[in-house]
Amino acid sequence: MSIQVRNIHKAFGSFIALDDVSLDFPTGELVALLGPSGCGKTTLLRVIAGLESADRGSVLLEGEDASATHVRERQVGFVFQHYALFRHMTVFDNVAFGLRMKPRAQRPSEAQIRGKVHDLLKLVQLDWLADRFPSQLSGGQRQRIALARALAVEPRVLLLDEPFGALDAKVRKELRRWLRNLHDELHITSIFVTHDQEEALEVADRVVLMDHGKVEQIGTPEEVYRHPATPFVYGFLGAVNFFHGRVEGEALRVGDDRLPHSGGGIDHGTEVVAFARPHELEIVTDPTEVDGVAARISRILAFGVTARVELEGANGAAGQHFEVELTRDRVAKLGLMEGQGVRLVPSRLRVFERGALGRRAEVA
Amino acid sequence: MSATAAIWSGPAGREGADRFERRAATREAPWVKWTLLGVSLSFFAVFLLLPLVAVFAEALRKGWATYWLALVEPDALSAVKLTLLAAVIAVPLNLSFGVAAAWAIAKFEFRGKQLLTTFIDLPFSVSPVVAGLIYVLVFGAQGWLGPWLSDHDVKIIFAVPGIVLATVFVTFPFVARELIPLMQAQGKEEEEAAVVLGANGWQTFWHVTLPNIKWGLLYGVILCNARAMGEFGAVSVVSGHIRGLTNTMPLHVEILYNEYQFAAAFAVASLLALLALVTLAVKTWVEHQASRANHELPPESPHPVSTS
Repeated sequence: MSIQVRNIHKAFGSFIALDDVSLDFPTGELVALLGPSGCGKTTLLRVIAGLESADRGSVLLEGEDASATHVRERQVGFVFQHYALFRHMTVFDNVAFGLRMKPRAQRPSEAQIRGKVHDLLKLVQLDWLADRFPSQLSGGQRQRIALARALAVEPRVLLLDEPFGALDAKVRKELRRWLRNLHDELHITSIFVTHDQEEALEVADRVVLMDHGKVEQIGTPEEVYRHPATPFVYGFLGAVNFFHGRVEGEALRVGDDRLPHSGGGIDHGTEVVAFARPHELEIVTDPTEVDGVAARISRILAFGVTARVELEGANGAAGQHFEVELTRDRVAKLGLMEGQGVRLVPSRLRVFERGALGRRAEVA
Repeated sequence: MSATAAIWSGPAGREGADRFERRAATREAPWVKWTLLGVSLSFFAVFLLLPLVAVFAEALRKGWATYWLALVEPDALSAVKLTLLAAVIAVPLNLSFGVAAAWAIAKFEFRGKQLLTTFIDLPFSVSPVVAGLIYVLVFGAQGWLGPWLSDHDVKIIFAVPGIVLATVFVTFPFVARELIPLMQAQGKEEEEAAVVLGANGWQTFWHVTLPNIKWGLLYGVILCNARAMGEFGAVSVVSGHIRGLTNTMPLHVEILYNEYQFAAAFAVASLLALLALVTLAVKTWVEHQASRANHELPPESPHPVSTS
């Protein structure tokens, strides 16, 4: 089932949680709502479920306005951040709950319920836990039971609120892969909320980035990572280095330093912020080099496949912190040492006009 | 009220105290411990244990036969009946009110919530005598509704309805007070989960909310019942002390005592004391059950936290 959100506005007192948000969630996709805490992503999820009502705007389920439909008739599956399993019921009774609460006319027989619950428990690979209570399960198991419980009523949409938020790193990684596989099996339109960019990029078909109650960018993980539309997205997805400067013809003036930049649509003299990922910065040791931002190496971390070099800006970018990622061979070849003065030259630079007004972007 | 805190501290609390004492860094000097223990135990013996023993000793001073006669005397029996009647009406009334109020306060946001919370405490803060007088002022012969009531031949003051009303008033807060903090701590997530799964309001209450609050609810009912049966002040004002008609057990005890029938007075009083002991026993059992239920909660999230 497709979900459309039209001009949703929601405020809690003076705090605006959702500011005129419009989104389309196509049928069968797994979409991530990604953003920092307080960006409105959970509120949006709850508005779609009907647990929260919007001040303005509408939610369309399969093209029909669901604003007046009660939560229990929306046929959504909701998985809560802290699972919200019924603690006085066994795992079996938890999963069977939705079926048993159906009006008598629609309610399956007890035997059918038993069969269905066992199928679902098999699907989440926990059928051996049917007689346990939620308190006797691990966090990851509880999460999967919560999912089985939500799926029992055959929802048209599956909504997950920070599904892996309360789990430790290893379980989280396993469950991520598991959720992706499950989705590929069931193909039910799903939306999950997360503040973890790695999680969103790894699991989702499509990522919606949100900040301050607004949608910043929508796209496939590849698109949003490779072509961030706004400075916020750039900063939020992965590590980033930024330079404050001014456009001067074919270059960017950062203090006394100069970064080559192939003009583009930004006017001469405009104040800008330029972004580069750690692997998009080149370290130049040649003291005669004039291009690039001067910096001093403060630390070289070479324990992984790639080495990470941390630098403090000198001259124009004084007091600023930079991070460069390069191969260990390259570190050895350049003969980098801590305390050494170098220049940073970006191989790829993304420039945004300063201030919220112009968010036009140019790739150099 | 501190009762809730007591309920939910169970075994975890004891372990904490244990560790606190075993560690040299946090241990107090032995004399502090023994002085505190001595003071509280002797206080307990003199002010609590001694009177309790005295009640039973006085009641049985003239032998079991007198004791038994004092209890089966018609006036005493009718006092017991009236007390039970008042409790049987007041407790279910306050049970349903308490659950409704606690539900409203814990799970909904509305205007005047703070006011309602404050008003629930009113019977605790007002003197029972004043509570009784309020009813006399409203329903009494010279009260606001007095003439209308006497025209329609309805008798409230100096009759059974007045006693029931006064009892309901003084036992009003017990259940609600017990449930509000408990329900607030449990949050709304489980109820939300139930509704999303298609449960209607009644199903959600019956299958999800009630099982989660049952021990707190039982605790509130026990306290409510104890107070309903033991209430003296408010009931005394509205009762009129008509023997065999409007005397509850506590009032009956007073009358017997004033008439120097000490053995009979203490015999009836011993019933009330017995009630108190039974209440304590049941209360301890409920606390034990509740702490066990509490112990089974997940260690990493004892209470589901609701998020925005």
